[in-house]
Amino acid sequence: MKFGVVRFPGSCDEVDAVLACERVPGASAQLLWHGDPDLHGVEAVVVPGGFSYGDYLRVGAIARFSPVMESVIRFAREGGLVLGICNGFQVLCEAGLLPGALLPNVGLRFVCRQVDVEVVRARLPFTSDMADGELLSIPVKHTTGRYYAPPEVLESMTAHGQIVLQYAHDGNPNGSSNDIAGVSNAAGNVFGLMPHPEHAVDRLTGSADGLKIFTSMAHAHG
Amino acid sequence: MPTVDQAVALGLTAAEYALIVEQIGREPNEVELAVFSLMWSEHCAYKHSKKLLRSLPTEGPRLALGPGENAGAVDVGDGWVVAFKVESHNHPSAVEPFQGAATGVGGILRDIFAIGARPIAVLDSLRFGEPTSARSRYLLEHAVGGIGHYGNSIGVPTIGGELYFEGPYEQNCLVNAMALGLARGDALIRSAATGIGNVLVLFGASTGRDGIGGASVLASAELGEADADKRPTVQVGDPFAEKKVMECSLELLEHGLLVALQDLGAAGLSSSSAEMASKGEVGLDIDVAKVPLREAGMEPWEIMVSESQERMLCVVEPARLDEVLAICAKWEVNGDAIGSVTDTRALRVFVGDELAGDMPVPALVDDCPLYDLVVQPPAAGLYPAPVRTLEHDVSDPGVTLLALLAAPNIASRLPLFQQYDCIVQSRTIRRPEQADAAVLALPEAPRGIAISIDGSGRRVACDPYTGAIEVVLECTANLACAGAEPLGLTNCLNFGNPEKPHIAWQLTEAIRGLGDACRGLDVPVVGGNVSLYNESGDGPIYPTPVVGMVGELPDVARAGRSGFGRAGDAVALAGPFTPSLPGSELAKLRGDELPVGLPEIDIAAVRAAQEAIRDAVRGGELTSAHDVSEGGLLVAVAECCLAGGLGATLTVQPGEDMITTLFGESPGRGFVVSGSEEALRALGERVALTVLGEVSGDALRVTCGGEPIALSLDELRAAHGALAPLFP
Repeated sequence: MKFGVVRFPGSCDEVDAVLACERVPGASAQLLWHGDPDLHGVEAVVVPGGFSYGDYLRVGAIARFSPVMESVIRFAREGGLVLGICNGFQVLCEAGLLPGALLPNVGLRFVCRQVDVEVVRARLPFTSDMADGELLSIPVKHTTGRYYAPPEVLESMTAHGQIVLQYAHDGNPNGSSNDIAGVSNAAGNVFGLMPHPEHAVDRLTGSADGLKIFTSMAHAHG
Repeated sequence: MPTVDQAVALGLTAAEYALIVEQIGREPNEVELAVFSLMWSEHCAYKHSKKLLRSLPTEGPRLALGPGENAGAVDVGDGWVVAFKVESHNHPSAVEPFQGAATGVGGILRDIFAIGARPIAVLDSLRFGEPTSARSRYLLEHAVGGIGHYGNSIGVPTIGGELYFEGPYEQNCLVNAMALGLARGDALIRSAATGIGNVLVLFGASTGRDGIGGASVLASAELGEADADKRPTVQVGDPFAEKKVMECSLELLEHGLLVALQDLGAAGLSSSSAEMASKGEVGLDIDVAKVPLREAGMEPWEIMVSESQERMLCVVEPARLDEVLAICAKWEVNGDAIGSVTDTRALRVFVGDELAGDMPVPALVDDCPLYDLVVQPPAAGLYPAPVRTLEHDVSDPGVTLLALLAAPNIASRLPLFQQYDCIVQSRTIRRPEQADAAVLALPEAPRGIAISIDGSGRRVACDPYTGAIEVVLECTANLACAGAEPLGLTNCLNFGNPEKPHIAWQLTEAIRGLGDACRGLDVPVVGGNVSLYNESGDGPIYPTPVVGMVGELPDVARAGRSGFGRAGDAVALAGPFTPSLPGSELAKLRGDELPVGLPEIDIAAVRAAQEAIRDAVRGGELTSAHDVSEGGLLVAVAECCLAGGLGATLTVQPGEDMITTLFGESPGRGFVVSGSEEALRALGERVALTVLGEVSGDALRVTCGGEPIALSLDELRAAHGALAPLFP
């Protein structure tokens, strides 16, 4: 499996994402520069966390127009696996690859803490190494992580199994609708989440539960 | 031509002005006076502290880079060094807390990557007035917001810090930021400009009118009534710009394109260029017309002294200039050749072809007069007794414990820490409140480092000499509990006006204490910062030496934890712990006067005890280790319960006075440890140790003479969460 991790000016967790991908047996990972539309033959794309272009207009709003994202959007439309983490999730929503939007946390503050998320839909390319109902311990860290979609969109997403992860144990850190922590597109090949699975790949640093997302992607690819 | 009056308005004395005239052989023009007034400010020249600082030990076997460069560094093995430094941003934060704190973080990060190290962590040390004051709550909220805004956005984890609330900081808060960086030892770069004919390149953000006079007008004077008017002297930070400048700097270094590198901090282009020229024993010509500006019409002197953030200055061989500018373009930052290295030993400022200033570099950097302090211990106490906040007497230890746990200086700091990204870069082994020190993994696992920052101003106010020793021992105690051996120390000396004899006495005594502690522990001072004139109409702050230390541990899998971890473990108090109440947190809550003097400390005995604790942690023999600090033994035990989510059942001999035994303090000297009985017995062979009971249940039960105390974890947690309402 060849992972590509996008690097925008202002990305913060891109190296962490590379390290996480490289923990998957047999996998390799490389950075994809924002100004280069060539995806260099990678087989899955990770859009990482951070503050792309400073997030100055609106989170994810500028990154979505970068040359590399034009290629990532095409890659996703052709069925390629795309994972968006935190700011990457925001970028994928801005790009129209995922439904809904991320709004400022209800507390209006940055929040960094370990949370438990429940796997609502296993058997996606991103969750195949998990079971429905399984709990993952993964950290969140964001100011703009409150997932929002209009009620009719939420209903349709539920019907199509697009709600993938939910905050468990009344631990919703940001006020997201329906405790949503991660969602997929209808086809199931694009997945965005606010928690940081790349920061949960080693028990020494707190948890290894997040690694399952990366191993699932590798298994899905075969 | 400027006048003496203008020089005095810029912070110089009439005598200093006369000396400048003598040095350059004529009256300075506007540009020259602006540059001199900043270079000869307390903030840049250390004119009241340099002589004292020379008494600190700066040598050690693991020292990689000592004082004098942008940051110091210690060798952590396998060819890696850790660079670190702490710096103040007090007065900007008192005037504009969000930007003041944010740019404090930005400035210390630039110091780290200016020597070629990638920043890997930030810690901060904060002091405010009591949280009952609206001003303190405002400063706290916005300073925390500014620190988070900058650190979170730039991708460097904020892994720890400390916070105290005391009345004397009401008007003059303290915001000290410490940063660490990681580099290959052979890749460190110096700031000395060398190579006549080499090009001077300014890169990063453009230059504006923000932060003009910050180092002189704001940082080197007491705070006063008109401070709102000084807001324009506070710089405005842009973490996105800094992120790009940081990556650009590190990429330039990786390609070996730079001869020298320096960040622009206090006094902007003036100080950075003069320092580079001084260290390289060369001259520099700068054409301010080539500096990219944020607004038209800036005067040459404004360009020279602007403290606009996120800018770096480097020296480049002419043949490599195009490569350097290409990397600047890649990161979308300005890159401009603004001057060249000369053999004149002068800093010459040009506007195009026109000479606008010509100053001998030695006069700027070396010839500022250094002052001897007039030292006099105060005849009476300098500080009023704290306001009593305890609503009852202290005879009921359970009620007193809850009051202490809820005290602003002891309550959990998680409501702050959760606003900071503590995990980016994937090195964080121990997050805030998991251990007494933060622990980071090094690239070659399993080795790691532990980091702590400490400084109890109130105890230093009681006894500047002994209090300063306690600050160092508190810091090494925290490292010991994580299993780490101290390698080096950085300090930020926050004091009042040193021209006042009693403040000079505090400063002199505290530096003597720091030096004795460092020598007693064989730990070198790798660098630091001095912040003086921390006074307002209400008087001086508590003398506050803040100490940051880096220690190493061989295996992060055995990094210590502060919380109890296993029911049935024995719990013991270890170390040469001799608690006393004067100067303690409980004494503060009771409204007691500050004592004059603190109990003497046997540094060697404390060192031996800390080494024993460290070895036991490193050996994986203990389940937990936590030093007894503010609030004394019972608070420490409660903190172990809360951190581990487990109760304990203990019996404590009341000694001569039960309240002193349970709540007295003896910083750096007592440790609450848990583990198997055999492990504690083995530790007891190296250090005084009393088994108190065992980890059990979900309540803290303590028998000490009279009625037993029984408090559930929920009751303890509710009290300890007292700061949460400050961040609704």
